[in-house]
Amino acid sequence: MTDHSERIEMNSVPAEVSEKSTAGWRNSDLWFSFKRSPVIVLAALVFFILVASAVFAPVLAPYTPFDPASLNLMNGFTAPLASNEFTGDYFLLGTDDQGRDMLSTILYGLRVSLFVGITAVLFAMLLGVTLGLISGYLGGWVDNVIMRVADVQMTFPSIMVAMLLYGIGKGIIPPDLRDEMAIWVLIVSIGLSEWVQFARTVRGATMVEKEKEYVQAGHLIGLSRVSIMVRHILPNVMGPVLVIATISLALAIIAEATLSFLGVGAPKTEPSLGTLINVGRQFILSGEWWILLFPSLTLLALALSVNLFGDWLRDVLNPKLR
Amino acid sequence: MRKALLCSAVASAIALSSVAYTAHAETLRWARSGDSLTLDPHAQNEGPTHTLAHQMYEPLLQRDMSGQIIPALATEWAPTSNPNIWEFKLRAGVKFHGGESFTADDVVFSLKRAMMPTSAMKELLASVADVRKVDDLTVHIETTGPNPLMPNNLTNLFIMDEGWTKANNCEAPQDIANGGDNACVRAVNGTGAYTLVSRTQDQRTVLKQNDNYWGKDLFPLEVSEIIYTPIQEAATRVSALLSGEVDMIQDVPVQDLARVGGAANLQVVTGAQNRTIFFGMNVAADDLASDTVEGKNPLSDVRVRQAMNMAINRDAIKRVVMRDQSAPTGVIMPPFVNGWTEALDAYPATDVNKAKELMAAAGYADGFGLTLNCPNDRYINDEAICQAAVGMLGQIGVKVNLDAKPKAQHFPLIQNKTTDFYMLGWGVPTFDSEYIFNFLVHSTTDKLGSWNNTGFSDPDVDAQIVSLASETDLAKRNQTIAEIWARVQQEVLYLPIHNQVLNWGMKGNIDFPVQPEDQPHFKFLTYK
Amino acid sequence: MLAFVLQRVAQALLVLLAVGFVSFSMFQFMGDPVENMMGQEATVADRAALEERLGLNDPIVVQFARFVGRAIEGDFGVSYRVGLPVAEVIFDRLPATLELALFSGVLAIGLGFVLGIYTAIKRDGWLAHSIMTLSLIGVSLPTFLIGIFLIWIFSVTLGWLPSFGRGETASFFGVELAILTWSGFKSMILPAVTLGLYQMTLIMRLVRAEMLEVLRSDYIRFARARGLSPYRIHYRHALKNTLVPVITVTGLQLGSIIAFAIITETVFQWPGVGLLFINAIGFVDIPVMSAYLLLVGVIFVSINLVVDLLYYSIDPRLSFSGTKAKGH
Repeated sequence: MTDHSERIEMNSVPAEVSEKSTAGWRNSDLWFSFKRSPVIVLAALVFFILVASAVFAPVLAPYTPFDPASLNLMNGFTAPLASNEFTGDYFLLGTDDQGRDMLSTILYGLRVSLFVGITAVLFAMLLGVTLGLISGYLGGWVDNVIMRVADVQMTFPSIMVAMLLYGIGKGIIPPDLRDEMAIWVLIVSIGLSEWVQFARTVRGATMVEKEKEYVQAGHLIGLSRVSIMVRHILPNVMGPVLVIATISLALAIIAEATLSFLGVGAPKTEPSLGTLINVGRQFILSGEWWILLFPSLTLLALALSVNLFGDWLRDVLNPKLR
Repeated sequence: MRKALLCSAVASAIALSSVAYTAHAETLRWARSGDSLTLDPHAQNEGPTHTLAHQMYEPLLQRDMSGQIIPALATEWAPTSNPNIWEFKLRAGVKFHGGESFTADDVVFSLKRAMMPTSAMKELLASVADVRKVDDLTVHIETTGPNPLMPNNLTNLFIMDEGWTKANNCEAPQDIANGGDNACVRAVNGTGAYTLVSRTQDQRTVLKQNDNYWGKDLFPLEVSEIIYTPIQEAATRVSALLSGEVDMIQDVPVQDLARVGGAANLQVVTGAQNRTIFFGMNVAADDLASDTVEGKNPLSDVRVRQAMNMAINRDAIKRVVMRDQSAPTGVIMPPFVNGWTEALDAYPATDVNKAKELMAAAGYADGFGLTLNCPNDRYINDEAICQAAVGMLGQIGVKVNLDAKPKAQHFPLIQNKTTDFYMLGWGVPTFDSEYIFNFLVHSTTDKLGSWNNTGFSDPDVDAQIVSLASETDLAKRNQTIAEIWARVQQEVLYLPIHNQVLNWGMKGNIDFPVQPEDQPHFKFLTYK
Repeated sequence: MLAFVLQRVAQALLVLLAVGFVSFSMFQFMGDPVENMMGQEATVADRAALEERLGLNDPIVVQFARFVGRAIEGDFGVSYRVGLPVAEVIFDRLPATLELALFSGVLAIGLGFVLGIYTAIKRDGWLAHSIMTLSLIGVSLPTFLIGIFLIWIFSVTLGWLPSFGRGETASFFGVELAILTWSGFKSMILPAVTLGLYQMTLIMRLVRAEMLEVLRSDYIRFARARGLSPYRIHYRHALKNTLVPVITVTGLQLGSIIAFAIITETVFQWPGVGLLFINAIGFVDIPVMSAYLLLVGVIFVSINLVVDLLYYSIDPRLSFSGTKAKGH
C-alpha cells in the first residue's frame, strides 16, 4: 500500500542480491548451497518427479479418468490393492465414488493443479512485473493510480477476489464455451489475486535501481525508457521476483484447492487435486480413506517441495542471512 | 434413563402433580443442515421453516409421522351440499401459548393473512375465494370451483392468534422488499405442543413443552425440551452425533449410514421420502443452444429419449452413488401419490446395445453432444448422480458436458427455460398426481406449468389436467389421471431416476419413525 | 499531519466505493434470490412481481446508488434469507468472529515469536531445522483440510474437543463471548488452531529472519564485543529491533485472518460473520453480502490507515510532504 510494505518485503528479499546470482551458476553460491542441503535436493527431486508424472500422465496412467464413457460406476469405492466385488477389476490405489482409478485420476489431477498453478503465477508475474516496472520507473500519477488499484485489490483477501472473479467469469461466458473456459477463468481469478506482490516488490526495487549510475548513464547515451526498463532494470529485479514466484506457486495451488472447497474450483468431471480432496472429504467418516488421503498426500508433497525450495531460495539470495 | 424415570415417578407420586409431564423430563438435542428461515409462519414456504413451526404452531389438519392426514385444530371436515364450500369444525378449549382462546376468528384471520401478497403460502390457497366464520367453532372455506383436495393444501397453513398478531403489528406477513421488520419473526404464540424459550438465528433454538397443550393425553410428549442446532457441514453434523454432542440428526449423508448405524448407542431410521429425482429434456425446441447438432433438436425424437432412458443404469446409481438408499423408478412420482401404479413405476432394463440401435434409427449413430445442468447443493448426491449419468450416456454416444451449479443459479435456468437438459427433484405435498401435472406437464401459462421446461404442450392434455381440479367423481378423476400418465410415459417426457430415501440418525433409545416430508413432529417421539 | 490524514481518509472512502461497486456488479451473476424466496408453487407472475418489488430489475448503477444512499443513513436493508435487519444480523455475529480471530491471533503471535526466536538463536540446530521444515507443512495444506483432520483426530477419534459450534457463551458488557465459559473455550481451540496455523508460520519465519538480520548487525557485534551476556543480547537488543516490522506485518495479517475465517467458520460451524457470508452466497442474500463486503472493506482500509500512520510516526525519515516518500 505504501512504503512500509515494500520495506518489509525488501527486508527479506533485497534487490541488490540478484546481481550476484546472475554470475555463472555452477560456480555460484546457489549451486554450492544446493548441494550442501539434502532436504532441498530431496524437495527438488520430489518436485521434478511430480512434474514429470503430470506431464507424462497420459502415458503413465493405466486408465483415462477424464473420459466419462470409459468408467464403470460399479467399480466405485474399490479399496486399494483389492479387486472390485462386482467387476473383479483391480486398482492399485483404489477407486473414487465414480469408479475412477485413483492413481490415474491423481496423475491427471496433478496435471490440472500444476497447469492452473503455473499458468496463474506466470500471468500474475507478467502483470505484476509490468505494472511494477512502470509504476516504479515513471512514478507520479501513473504510480499513484496503479498503487491505488493495488489497494482496492488488497482490500479483498486473495481467496475472495478469486471467488468473486470466478463468479463473474462463469456468468459472462456463454454456456457452450463454459467447459473449455472454466479452467481459464480459474487461472485468471487466481492470477489476478496474486499480482500485487510482484508489482510492489518490483516497484520498490525499480525505485532503487533507477537512481543508480548505470541507469543514469543509459539515459545519457539516449536509450529509450522501455529499453532501459526491460533490458537493464528488469534483469536486476528478477531475483526477488523468482522467490515470490516460487512461493506464489505453492499459494496458487493451495488457493485452487480452497476454491474447490468453496465449490468454485475445477469441475468434478475433470478434477484437480483440490477437487479430488473436496470429493474425498465426504468419505472421511465412512471408511473410504483412500479417496481423501492419496490426493491430500500428493498435494502436500507438491506444495511442500515448492515451499521448501522457495524458502531456501530466499535465504540463499539474501546475503544478510548467511 | 430407567433410574431417572423411577426417580421422577417417585417424585411425582409424592407431589401428586401432573404425571404425564414430569415422568419424561428428557431433553432432545436435534440438528439438521439448515435453520428455519423465520418464525413468521406464513413468510416462507420451505421445509426446515415449516418443521420448526410445526412444533409450536398448528394447522387445521396435519400429517402424522406416516404422512396420513389427522385432525389438529379442526376435528371434522367435509364439503357441504354446495361443492364449492368446505366446512371445518374446530377443536374446543384450545389455548394459545399466551393464554388466548382459539376461535373461528383466528382461523379466518390466519388463512386470510396467508393469502396476502407478501405471504409465501398464497399459492396453496389460490383456489380459495373466501373464508367465513359460521360460529365460534365452525369455519367455511369457499373455493372458486369444487376442490376435492382442499384438506391436502391446509397441512402447512398455521393458525395464529388474531389479537396477539394485531397487537404486534404483524397483520401481514413481513415484506422483505420494503425493509419491513416484524415482531412475529422473532416471537411465537401458537397452540402447539412446544413453546419458544430462546432463539438465535442459525445457532440455537430452545423449546420447552407447553404445559397447557390440548393434546397432552393424546400424544406421547416424552420430550420436555428441544435444543435445535443447525450444522451445515455434513461431516461435522455426523461427527457431532458420533461424539454424543447431539441426540438426533436429519440429513445423514448416505456414505455415513453404516458408521452411524454401527455405532454402539446409535441407530439409523429410514423411510421413503416424498421426492422423485429425474432429468428433464427440452423436447419441443427446433434447435438446442447447447447441443452439437446444427438445425435440429435430437431430443425431439422420441427414440433418442427412449435410448437415453435405457442407457441410464438406475440400479448402479442406487448401489454405488446412493449406497442402496434410493428406490429406482420409471415414473416421476413417489408411491404414496394418488395415481401411482406398479406398472408405471417399472423402469426399463439397462440395454446399451438396444439403446444404440434406437440412436442409429433416429439418425444419431455417431451420437451428439449436449450440456446437462445439475444442482450441486439441493438433492442427495445430486452432482454425483449427474456425473454417473454423464458416463452412462457417453456409452451410447451422447457426449454430455456437465454444468453443476448451486441451486440459486440452477433453478432459474429451468424457470427461465434456458436449459436443454436438467436435473429436477419434485415433492408432492398434496399427495395427488394433479399437483405434478399442474407444474410439470401442463403447458406453461401464467398460472400453470411454471416448472415445465420440456416445452411439451398439448391442448387436449391441458384440458384434461384442468378438469381434474373440479372433478368430484373420484373414479372418473382417477381415470383421467391414468390417461395423462400414459401419455407422459409414452412421450418419455422425463427420465426418472429414483425416489429419495430419508435417513435420520439418532440415539439407540429413541423410537421415532421417519416422516415422508422430512418433518419430525416431536410430540410423537417416544423413548424405548 | 492533518492534511495527510484527511487525504488518506478520502482515498479510503474512494476505495470503499470502488469495492462496493465491484461487488454489486458481481451479485447479478450469483443467481436469483427470488428463486430461494418463493416456494415451488410460485407462479411466473408471482416471481416477476417480487423481482420488481425488490428492485432487482433496475440497472446495477441504480441498485448501487440506492444501497449507498441507504447505507449512509445506516440502513442496510433486511436479509432476504432470514428477514431480519442486516445490521442486527451482522452485529449479532461479529463478536464470534472477532473473538475467534483475536484468540487465533494471540496463539499465532505467541507461538510465532517463541519458535521464531528459538530457530534464529539455534539456527543450525537439528530441532530448529525440523521446526522450520515441519512448519511448512502447515502452509502446504489448504485450511479446510487441516480443520477436517483436526476434527477427525480430536473430536471423532479421541473425543476430547467439540467438533462444531461455539459452546456456551457468557455476557461481557452485553457482548456474548464464548471464551468466558469452559465449553466455549474448548470449542474455540480447534478453529483457532486451524485459523492461526498459517499466521503462526508466517510470524515465526518473519521473527527468525529479522532476528538473524539484527544479530548480524554492527551494534549487536559491538554488544558482543563489549561482553554482554547472550541472554541480554538476544532479548534486550535483538528482539526489540525485530518488533516494529513484525507488528506491522501482523497488523496487516489481521485482515486475512478475517478472510480465512470464512473457511474455518464453515468447517467448524462457528457462528460468525464468515459463515453468515457463505450462507448469504448460497441464498443470494444481496443485502447481507453487500454489508459484509463493506464491513471487510472498512476493516482492511482502517488497518492499512492505522499501520500507515504508525509507520510515519515511528520512522522520522519518512516525511509527510509528498504522497510517496522516496524510501530506502
